[in-house]
Amino acid sequence: MAANNDDVKLIGAWPSPYVMRPRIALNLKSVEYEFLQEQFGSKSELLLKSNPVHKKIPVLLHNGKPICESSIIVEYIDEVWSSGPSILPADAHDRALARFWAAYLDEKWFPNVRAAPRAATEEAKSAAVSQLKEGLALLEGAYGEISRGKDFFGGERIGFLDIAFGSMLGWLRAVQVMLGGVKLLDEEKTPGLVKWADKFSADPAVKDVLPETEKLLEFAKILMAKAKPAAS
Amino acid sequence: MEEVKLLGWWMSPFSRRVELALKLKGVGYEYIEQDLANKSQLLLEYNPVHKKVPVLVHNGKTMAESLVILEYIDETWPNNPILPRNPYEKAMARFWAQFIEEKCNGGLWKIMWCKDEEERGRLVEEASHCFRTLEGELKGNKFFGGDEIGMVDIAANFIGYWLGVVQEVSGMELVTRDKFPVLCKWMDEFVEHSVVKETLPPRDKLHAEFEARLGAPSWKY
Repeated sequence: MAANNDDVKLIGAWPSPYVMRPRIALNLKSVEYEFLQEQFGSKSELLLKSNPVHKKIPVLLHNGKPICESSIIVEYIDEVWSSGPSILPADAHDRALARFWAAYLDEKWFPNVRAAPRAATEEAKSAAVSQLKEGLALLEGAYGEISRGKDFFGGERIGFLDIAFGSMLGWLRAVQVMLGGVKLLDEEKTPGLVKWADKFSADPAVKDVLPETEKLLEFAKILMAKAKPAAS
Repeated sequence: MEEVKLLGWWMSPFSRRVELALKLKGVGYEYIEQDLANKSQLLLEYNPVHKKVPVLVHNGKTMAESLVILEYIDETWPNNPILPRNPYEKAMARFWAQFIEEKCNGGLWKIMWCKDEEERGRLVEEASHCFRTLEGELKGNKFFGGDEIGMVDIAANFIGYWLGVVQEVSGMELVTRDKFPVLCKWMDEFVEHSVVKETLPPRDKLHAEFEARLGAPSWKY
């Protein structure tokens, strides 16, 4: 298990929501780590060596051993630093629910967050926005069920699903601006999530990790200038 | 009283993964075959988000997504573990299961439905690379899980059995014995495994179904 003199490094970049996940998890466990930021537009030797299969961030290096894929890293952190607050729920069914929704977010929902501002036609943009809103309605329902009246999906404290979803809030807010102020998180339609988002963003393990909307908007300009036009 | 139900479809490798895990652990369950052309109220109620199989119901609690269900099964019935107990090794197993799902199975799916020959050629090359990477993970072992099958072997079930039938029907020559001798040896071991055998759909039925579907413009349900 983990000891105080463990060497912990995280290869990543501040704008990536996937990188934010292990950072929040390490903060929750009060684990000190070295944050090795990649230069935008290039991949370091260390990254290519540590994640030869995907060549992507984040990569956790624990005493030199690499662990890849954000959700897998978060589960690893929870298991290794077992004396800190739990990140995965205690109950097996609750864990299954948390993992189910995290998979939904990654596979079905977040791709639309990225696609919406880059859509080539108004029609495609509108379709992406619709899907985002539908997804948020589902997540509002899930929040109601899973939080059981507490502040977070994880209950009294943030947990695995809060981290999986909350890590996307920075970009969600930025995309709302990029789409001309469209309301995706809505006090009327998703009141639970609106409150949850504020509480999550203010959490001590989160607030220095989740970037400000302005910074992401600036970064988005650089990204869009470099990217090829998205297929509709 | 343990009550375990599984909503599945005979042809689905995803629902067969769950059956395999339950059988490996000796867990009794009620199997409820679904008609995916005509989705039941039960399926729509139990998996409203995706409306897909498999769905596991344990003492009234439902869950979906095969890999998520496999983790639940391993945690709830810890005998004959399918995941390593060591956190690092567990992380590796999860990594490879995800790799199989996204890159190998994902790649195969695109190839199966690609109507453009040039694009298909490119996709086959990409998939080949993924299979080469996967093959490297066997590291001289009988199974990805070592001496016994584990989560990664279960996740690779499509490759282990369904792929052979797909290649026969479509004429695709992606994973062949001369190109991937080590992976093919794993496939032999996989289908011969005493418990795996019980979960494989009948080959002739599978062949006929793939023949009918691969000719169609897109996969239904």
